[in-house]
Amino acid sequence: MITELLSLNVLIGIATSGIRLATPYLYAAIGETFGQRSGVLNLGVDGMMLLGAYAGFYVAFTTGNLWFGLLAAIIVGAVMGLAMAFISVNLQAEQGISGIGIYLFGLGMSDLLFQKTLGTVETVKGFRSISVPYLSDIPIIGEIFFQHNILVYGAFALVPLAWFVLNKTTLGLKIRAVGENTQAADSLGVSVSGVRYFTLTLGGILSGIAGASLSIALLNVFQVNLTNGLGFIAVALVYFGSWRPGGVLFGSLIFSLVNALQVWVQVLGIDIPSDIAVMMPYVLTILVLVFTVQRTRPPSALTKPFERGE
Amino acid sequence: MQNPLLKKLDFEKIVDALLPVLATFAALAVGAVMLVLLGANPLQAYAAMVEGAFGSTNSLADTIVRATPLLMVGLGICISFRGGVINIGGEGQLVMGAIGATVVGLWLPEVPAFFVVPLAMLAGFLAGAIWGGIPGALKAYFNVNEILSTIMMNAIAVQFMNYLLRDPLLDPDQFNAASKIPQTARLVQAFDLPRLVPTRLHLGAGIAVVLAILVYLFLWRTSIGYRIRAVGLNPDASRYAGIDVKRYIVLSLLLSGAFAGLGGAIQILGVHHRMFTDGSAMGFTGSAGFNGIVAALFGKLHPIGTIPASFLFGALLVGANKLQRVMQVPSAFIIALNGLVVVFVVSSEIWSRRRSRRRMSMSETLPELDGSNKLKKPGETQI
Repeated sequence: MITELLSLNVLIGIATSGIRLATPYLYAAIGETFGQRSGVLNLGVDGMMLLGAYAGFYVAFTTGNLWFGLLAAIIVGAVMGLAMAFISVNLQAEQGISGIGIYLFGLGMSDLLFQKTLGTVETVKGFRSISVPYLSDIPIIGEIFFQHNILVYGAFALVPLAWFVLNKTTLGLKIRAVGENTQAADSLGVSVSGVRYFTLTLGGILSGIAGASLSIALLNVFQVNLTNGLGFIAVALVYFGSWRPGGVLFGSLIFSLVNALQVWVQVLGIDIPSDIAVMMPYVLTILVLVFTVQRTRPPSALTKPFERGE
Repeated sequence: MQNPLLKKLDFEKIVDALLPVLATFAALAVGAVMLVLLGANPLQAYAAMVEGAFGSTNSLADTIVRATPLLMVGLGICISFRGGVINIGGEGQLVMGAIGATVVGLWLPEVPAFFVVPLAMLAGFLAGAIWGGIPGALKAYFNVNEILSTIMMNAIAVQFMNYLLRDPLLDPDQFNAASKIPQTARLVQAFDLPRLVPTRLHLGAGIAVVLAILVYLFLWRTSIGYRIRAVGLNPDASRYAGIDVKRYIVLSLLLSGAFAGLGGAIQILGVHHRMFTDGSAMGFTGSAGFNGIVAALFGKLHPIGTIPASFLFGALLVGANKLQRVMQVPSAFIIALNGLVVVFVVSSEIWSRRRSRRRMSMSETLPELDGSNKLKKPGETQI
């Protein structure tokens, strides 16, 4: 049984699907990282992903153009991000609860639109795999890393980009300042609301893409509650990764590899109840949270609305 | 002692209490726009919902039945939120409580109901307490964010339920049949909670209302409840006052889970009489774990206020069924509308916060307005 799992082909299969499955987590969690580094917890990621997944699928299905679909997901995500920004910045609402509200809205709305416009589960031909020239010919490595579709590559490219923006640019400095010491940032002339509008809109856009990566690149269908709580995992991965893009990448990979392993265990017919196998990534997340959160500290201003004193 | 300021405060209190209602109306207005876009007449739609929720004895009873789990979850939410802990785990806690009650019911079919029914409720209460207590302990002793851990616990509970219903607890009839619908056998009829009037209304609703009063007394009239609220208001000050803050964090999440768990047990004994799954938590809970949070917030995190709030949301859910039947508006509309209500109600709190801040600064400046008071020591004030 264990030997079956350890054969080279199976290991390559697990690694390849692990890379693929990390995609939606990466988009959503990197987006959430920006929001949280600026001091806003967005718990509505899953709802935004669902709306993005629906918009992407519907537009791709009706126009036959996947790029239009992706654009639609981006626009929908941006609108939801702006809404979250208005709620948390201007109305200073409790972020955890308003996020649940956004989630419920996205869950209901995507289902409603699905029933009204599509009615039945349809499929699209999603983004095709692109083999990177030369690199994809490397044995094993090429198969695992360099034969994926464009959204998978995009997700992994996003990690160093996010790291660069957060740590090496003025914008990143402003984001971190707003998240760590809002008053000081404000007194130095940084626009707190401007920064938070930016990070939350970016987070919304990335959530939209995360949803679309499911509906037009990985699964190529849309159905009710397609994400199945994936957006909440993405929020957990931000804590897991200690608010650093590299940490988020590490967490996403662990999570998706365990998921891939779990799928393969079932494919190979190994005798572990499937429900228990599906449970494992969640148990693992809690365990890792126990061991990581202790060492790191969230951004000081996280979940605290800002209002200038007199 | 007729102070004009006091009168003003009363008036502002009323406005504060009305804020969530106004916010709900605003959300319903947005919902009306959505209905128009869906091609339904919003007035007719809302009328159908009111009719569906209150139109007859039966529909009124259904509304109360739907409100009961919301109230149970909401009572738990009152405790945890007052204790400064956010519990998003109602879904998982409902499921675990229901599993606990089902196991007891299936295990003791021959034993008299007056023994088994309370035992099943206790099992649900304890199962929920464990499911809330784990994230509570993780928060208190390992600093794990409870929002995340309770969400993970929801997912784990769902898989646990699916696992149990696939094989260990599967109805023997289903086991033999080809269909294998994932559900347990029906509990013996003796364990059904008594019906109050010849409708679906069962004793569970009465239990929930009594518990609401008890939770109120617990939070405001006992020293444990006082400490839970103190920790929620100011953990640092509580620590200086000698309160073991960590222990009260665990306790508030544990109790919060316990009430949701008991709610799950009541759903089994009063409504479903068996455990079943559609693969997600929603199939069994009907999202009561989330909607209970909404109801509690709506009731201003006050156990008594949560009673009418749960009733209102129960009505919304029952009305949604009618809406779907009569006007072919998918019931997903209500989930979206619920989301809007949450966002609007939470956002509306900015006005009551602003006013209370103004009130505080007003009372600070009051002595200066009244020169004669200025130099008096406390206790010396004359009328």
